[in-house]
Amino acid sequence: MNYPLRQNSFKPPEKLADYPVGTAFPAGHLVDTNASWRSRRPVIDAEKCSNCRICWLICPDGVIHNTTPGGLEIDYDYCKGCGICAKECRQNAIHMENEGI
Amino acid sequence: MMLEQKAFLSGNEAVAAGVRLARPHVIAAYPITPQTTVIERLAEMVEDESLKAEYLNVESEHSALSACIGASAVGARTFTATSSQGLLYMAECLHYASGGRFPVVMMNANRSVALPWNIYGDQRDSLSLLDCGWIQAYAENAQESLDLIIQAYAIAEHPDVLTPMMINLDGFVITHTYELVSLPSQEGVDAFLPPFQTVNKMDLDHPMSLAFTAGPAYNQAFKQLQHQAVLSALKVILDTEERFGQLFGRNYSGLIESIHCEDAEFIIVTLGSVAGTVKPVVERLRSLGERVGLVRIRYMRPFPDREIRKALAGAKAVGVLEKDISFGYEGTVFTNVNSALMRSKVIQPRLLNFIGGLGGKDISVADIERLFLRLKSPDDGETVGFI
Amino acid sequence: MGNRQEKKISIRNLSDREFFYGHKGCPGCGGSLALRLALKVFGERSYAVVPAGCMSAVGFIFPQMAFTCNAIISTFPGTASMLSGVAAGARALGIKDFHAVGFAGDGGTADIGLQALSGAIDRHEKIIYICYDNEAYMNTGVQKSALTPAGARTATSPVGNRLRGAVTQKKPMFEIVAAHGVDYAATASVGYPLDYLRKLEYASQVDGTSYIHVFTPCPIGWGYETSDTIAVAKNAVDCGLWYLAEFSNGRFTLTHNPSEFISVQDYLLGQSRFRHLQEEDLQGIITMRDLKWSNIHREWFS
Ligand SMILES: Cc1ncc(C[n+]2csc(CCOP(=O)(O)OP(=O)(O)O)c2C)c(N)n1
Ligand code: SF4
Ligand code: SF4
Ligand code: SF4
Ligand SMILES: [Mg+2]
Repeated sequence: MNYPLRQNSFKPPEKLADYPVGTAFPAGHLVDTNASWRSRRPVIDAEKCSNCRICWLICPDGVIHNTTPGGLEIDYDYCKGCGICAKECRQNAIHMENEGI
Repeated sequence: MMLEQKAFLSGNEAVAAGVRLARPHVIAAYPITPQTTVIERLAEMVEDESLKAEYLNVESEHSALSACIGASAVGARTFTATSSQGLLYMAECLHYASGGRFPVVMMNANRSVALPWNIYGDQRDSLSLLDCGWIQAYAENAQESLDLIIQAYAIAEHPDVLTPMMINLDGFVITHTYELVSLPSQEGVDAFLPPFQTVNKMDLDHPMSLAFTAGPAYNQAFKQLQHQAVLSALKVILDTEERFGQLFGRNYSGLIESIHCEDAEFIIVTLGSVAGTVKPVVERLRSLGERVGLVRIRYMRPFPDREIRKALAGAKAVGVLEKDISFGYEGTVFTNVNSALMRSKVIQPRLLNFIGGLGGKDISVADIERLFLRLKSPDDGETVGFI
Repeated sequence: MGNRQEKKISIRNLSDREFFYGHKGCPGCGGSLALRLALKVFGERSYAVVPAGCMSAVGFIFPQMAFTCNAIISTFPGTASMLSGVAAGARALGIKDFHAVGFAGDGGTADIGLQALSGAIDRHEKIIYICYDNEAYMNTGVQKSALTPAGARTATSPVGNRLRGAVTQKKPMFEIVAAHGVDYAATASVGYPLDYLRKLEYASQVDGTSYIHVFTPCPIGWGYETSDTIAVAKNAVDCGLWYLAEFSNGRFTLTHNPSEFISVQDYLLGQSRFRHLQEEDLQGIITMRDLKWSNIHREWFS
């Protein structure tokens, strides 16, 4: 995997013995998502996309992934809806949609 | 028992010799009187390759300790040394090292703190940082300094402890006084002190996040663990001294050294080199039939409260003699001794606090004799006084 | 840099792996993009040292850890000193092929961390030091740093009857670092990501100290739309208030030499931190910009 996934099975420590030694904890350990931060979500129109990967390059959160052959996929667990990808896409292949509440 | 060599060394040189025997990977330090000769000797040892270590000529004490923490965070054994203003300049990193559980070993040359400027010995530097989470030991002479440095790595790196340790030497009185010192063999020290192993580090095979933030829900638990760790040192120190004694034939007495306290009525409690002045006075007064005794505190953290209670249990009057004061109250050692006694159900002795030796002011044999007289004389209502 | 490989870095060969993911940086944070791209170049054998500041605050909140490579928070002044210790420790332990890389803010670099940085450069430590410059102390709520530009409103350079934002000029960190005789230094901007990537790649191959000063807009502290971070970072370069340069082997070079500038007014007035500026303030900023560029042309190209 090129990026970490949320650890669904993580249980917060209850007693002292459950805590890590020192202040050292496994890297890339995610227990919650950032999805709720978003008021708008980027949507990629595969028809218009030229696969230039600019959006992938400049997303501050690195949530645009090259997982499907020839296409891009957004990890909506961690996309914050900043809109940078939509603004920088030269093909206008990304638009921002309001999140329903 | 391993064969040892003898050498005529100052306290600082004995520390450097001890550090070399402990084989640290990284040494980072910044010069300050009276610590300088330790780091000069170490720089020479690295240069002549009798010590294989990275020596960082850093640009401040903050950086010295910060670099040691960084090295410790990849699993390296580290050493630094400082004194006085330098120790204070490190304050942020002192807490960082203990909170992060990085077992850095440091020598501190106890020295007065400005203002007024003064390069001579007192203990206000380290005692003002007693709460920074480090194990604090106080040596009495060069031999003990050397032995404490070697033991320090075994104590600090022990998995139950994993806490940095500060070895304090009285400025000039210990750091610059030459003595005949026994040097343990390298094979002996290698057998005594295995390489540093820890899970509390960054690891390229198992990437880790270190020195993280812990919010209100978790923070206190980390602090409780830190407290537990320093308390664990109580036992680890004893075990370490026992192993050390078996290998090298020098036995230490645990967190305090008590002399003639079993039946003593009047006891002086002190720490560091001044104990060397008190000892002959105690012996002389004893030979005259006086029931006097001495407690030399070897460790201020963890604090030997049980040992102190036991040693002082039969005393009529106790004087805590220290080169320190917490302005507006009393000496910090006195506060700690008092608190230890308050925890016992036995009758409290009369307690006096003698503050002396600030900025290197001499404490003479005659001064000590006067202090014992003071302990024997009737209560005049004064508790804290400068000598 | 005799052994430097000329493998040209591009969007196509940049790693797909993410080393800074799920962090709590604000939407559109330029600093987090600078970290993310740098770690893609430096790779999994990196030890990241991140001092107090936004990037450590958003990346290591137990039990949520956003770095997927090794990473550690340093004290605020201690980025370069801790980096030195990490590098020395790893070396002494016989660890090979690693990068010790620091990510410090403008305050953590130009103010409180300058001493340690200077010492590390002086020792030619084999470290990479990235200053992500968002032009203020963001983590503590937007106070003025030595890299806050003249005229910018911050919480400690307010706008009132006497003051119109910061009265000091941006400390010339790139030149200060270069004056040490550093092994490699560069300026960059997240608005020119490929130029930045190329400099990261170069830094990863330098045998000594590398310093990259990357311009990273902050929508929260500067007052612009979260979607505009890349555009703002590009405009800062295009209007001549930031420049893309390199220093190596004792020589300065521009990696981008604009023949003309876009409007400074448009760049500044698009951000709420500058919106109070009056015509004379804007003219003063343009004068300083022109002075800087004439110095660049005179001193670097003589
Ligand atoms: C010794 C010390 N002084 C002050 C602080 C408070 N502090 C933490 S982060 C920070 C601001 C950091 O600013 P900068 O380095 O520019 O990084 P940014 O937050 O903008 O990313 C300050 C002032 C601290 N942590 N340590
Ligand atoms: S920037 Fe636009 S065109 Fe380029 S890959 Fe992304 S969506 Fe496709
Ligand atoms: S909206 Fe922002 S966070 Fe979401 S994919 Fe686009 S650039 Fe990334
Ligand atoms: S305040 Fe600015 S620099 Fe800090 S996380 Fe938010 S956007 Fe990034
Ligand atoms: Mg900043």
